[in-house]
Amino acid sequence: MVAINTRPWRDEIVLLMLNACILGVMLLVGVATYSAVLPDERVDVLHHNYNGGGMEINGPAVLVRKSMTEQVSVAAHYLVDSVSAASIDVESFASPYTEERIETSVATDLLVDKTLYSVNLSTSDENDYTARTLGLSVSQDFFGDLTTLSLGFGRGWDEVGNVVDTSFAEDVDRKHFQLHISQILTTRWRAGIGFEAISDEGYLNNPYRPVRYIDTSSAKGWSTQAEAYPATRHSNALALSSDVALSTDQALLMQARYYTDTWGINGQSIETQYRYRWNEWVLSVKARYYQQDGADFYSDLFPFANAQNFLARDKELSTYSTVVLGAGVRFNFKPVFAPWIKRGELGLLVDQYMIDYDNFRDITVAGFVAGSEPKYSLSASLIRFNLVVWY
Amino acid sequence: MDGPLAWRLPRLRYINRWIIWYCWLGLCAILSGCSSVEPWVKPYERERLADPLLQAQPYPLDFGYMTHVYRSREGGRGAEGSGGGGCGCN
Repeated sequence: MVAINTRPWRDEIVLLMLNACILGVMLLVGVATYSAVLPDERVDVLHHNYNGGGMEINGPAVLVRKSMTEQVSVAAHYLVDSVSAASIDVESFASPYTEERIETSVATDLLVDKTLYSVNLSTSDENDYTARTLGLSVSQDFFGDLTTLSLGFGRGWDEVGNVVDTSFAEDVDRKHFQLHISQILTTRWRAGIGFEAISDEGYLNNPYRPVRYIDTSSAKGWSTQAEAYPATRHSNALALSSDVALSTDQALLMQARYYTDTWGINGQSIETQYRYRWNEWVLSVKARYYQQDGADFYSDLFPFANAQNFLARDKELSTYSTVVLGAGVRFNFKPVFAPWIKRGELGLLVDQYMIDYDNFRDITVAGFVAGSEPKYSLSASLIRFNLVVWY
Repeated sequence: MDGPLAWRLPRLRYINRWIIWYCWLGLCAILSGCSSVEPWVKPYERERLADPLLQAQPYPLDFGYMTHVYRSREGGRGAEGSGGGGCGCN
C-alpha cells in the first residue's frame, strides 16, 4: 500500500539526520531492501543443482519470514551446499574431494513510518572456511514515495583453514558499503542505480592453489610454487537497472554493471530478463553476459620462480567472458485445503553457463609445450526447484 | 613539492572539504524540500509497478543463492543487492 507523503519538511530533515547518525556508527553488510514496507510473510523452499566443469553442487535451502507486529518482521534461512569437486584446479594439482557448506542467517526488519531498518546476521561454515557477517540497512521513501533511497553498511569476519595443515589459521576482515536509489519514472517504468564498495583485508589467497613457472629442468617444462596475494583488496561496483511493464502480462527487466578493484580487475555485466504471464503461469527467459580483464598479478605461466612479489593462477582472476542463458516457469496456486495460505507458487528454473578463458590454459591435456596448451572453457547447468507459500 | 602546485594543494584540500559540505547540504535540501512535490505517478496508478511480475528480486532465497553463485564464478562482486559469505566453490 502506498501513501502520499504529508510530512512537514522539518521532520524529513530530522529523519535524514537520524538515519545518517545510525548509519555512521554501525558497521554492516546488509540485505538491501528497496521499499519502505515490511516484507510479506512467506516460506521459501529451494533445491539447487549446479553441474559443470567437474563440479557438482546441490542441496536444499529454506527461508521463513514472519511478522511479529505491524512494525516488526523476522526471518531466518538455512542453506546446504553439498560439493563434489573435480574441477580443473583439482585435476591439475590435487585429488577429487567432497565437502559441505552450511549457510544460516537471521534477520529483523523494523518499520518506523516510511523508514525500514534491517539487521542481518549470517554464518557460513565449511571444513576449511568460516564466515561471520553482520549487516544493517536503512530504506526511506521520498518525493511522494516515487524515490526510495537505501543505505547499508557491514562487517564480515572470515577464518581460513587448511584440511592438510590443521594448524593453519588466517583471518580476513571485510567491510561493505551499499547505496541504492530506486526511482518510479512512469506508471509502468522503474529505474534504479546501485553502488557497492567492498574492502577486504587479511589472507586472501586460496591456501591450496599453486602457480606454475617455466622450469626447463622439469619433464613437463614447468614447476609450481605457492600463490601470493596482496593482503588488501578494495572494489567498487556500479549498477544501473530498468524494469518496464510492456503490458499487463509482460515485463522486461535489464541491469548493467561496471566493476573495478585495486587488483586491476575491470568487469562489465549486462543482464536482460523477459517475463510473460499466461493465466496461472509465468514464463521467463534471461540472458546474461559478463566479461572481465584479469588481475595485474595473474599469469597462467610465470617466466621463472618468484618472478614478482604477487603471484596468482586463479582462473577467476584471469581474463574471460561468461554467457548465461536461462529459462523458467512458475505456476501460481491457491490451495483449497489450507485456507490460511494466501497463495503459493511452484517454480522450475534452468540456467546454462558457457565460460571461455582467454589466458587460462588446460594443463591436464598432455603433449603440449608449456604455455601452448589449449585455452580452458567450460559449460555448466544450474537447475533450481522453488516452492513459495505466502500466508 | 616545488612549483606553483606547492601552494595550491593545501587550498584545494580546503576547497574540496567545502565542496563536500555544500553537496551534502544540497542533497539534504533536495531531499527535504522536494518531498512535498506532487507525485507525477499517483498511488492509484502504481498497480503495474506493484505487480510481482515487475519486481527485480521477488524471491529472496533464490536471489541470495544466485548472488553467491555469481560471486563464486566471477571476479567482479557487489551491487547485486545481497550476498552470503564463504565459498564452497573451488
